[in-house]
Amino acid sequence: MPLPPLPAEAIVLGASPANWREAVRLAGAALATAGTTLPSYSDEMIRMIEEHGPYVVIAPGLALAHARPGPDVLKDGLSVVTLADPVSFGHPHNDPVNVVIGLAVATAEAHLAFVADLANVFNEESAIPALAAAQSVADVQRIMGVTA
Amino acid sequence: MKIVAICGAGIGSSGILKVNAERVLDRLGIEADVTAADIASVQRVAADAQVILTSAEFVDAIGETRADIVVINNYFDAAELTEKLDAALG
Repeated sequence: MPLPPLPAEAIVLGASPANWREAVRLAGAALATAGTTLPSYSDEMIRMIEEHGPYVVIAPGLALAHARPGPDVLKDGLSVVTLADPVSFGHPHNDPVNVVIGLAVATAEAHLAFVADLANVFNEESAIPALAAAQSVADVQRIMGVTA
Repeated sequence: MKIVAICGAGIGSSGILKVNAERVLDRLGIEADVTAADIASVQRVAADAQVILTSAEFVDAIGETRADIVVINNYFDAAELTEKLDAALG
């Protein structure tokens, strides 16, 4: 199963959020703008981190913001937010974060195939710095290996 | 052999950990069943697991377990996964 489409509305380049909450909110707003989630999904993603800590920072520089499948997820989808000014999530190893991926999945059962493709993208060591340096929506789509 | 990957939601990060652990185990020639689960269900899902893979944030919340808890810092670092899984299972 390929990654879901990543339209231009789901990509934000060179953002300058004041803190991790704002960074996650940008990823959530991009998901909502692209029609993937309701705006309330941002609050769910933030709540996960408040509840469990900064575990979503799964690699140096990369936060995979996500919450559970639920009524605020309309379909599977991703957003990509790159930060001109990196933010700290309070992670012991992987701060500061300069790329935030917003992940929404409609059902837990179906998501593993697409997460495998997401892993393929980031198993390439150059992917996170390349995304952080992306200058255009097309750059991001190419690095992620997806179409609009 | 049963391995459980744990995160807050049971999707996303634990899914990535599952997928990449399976790849490393395959390369190590170790047969194992890797399941992704959320922290709320860890006691049930990991009751018969040998290894729990997770982030440092969840170690305290896992509570008492007979499984080895393996903390992964970089979910995309095959070398880290290989070294830690090999140490836990070897």
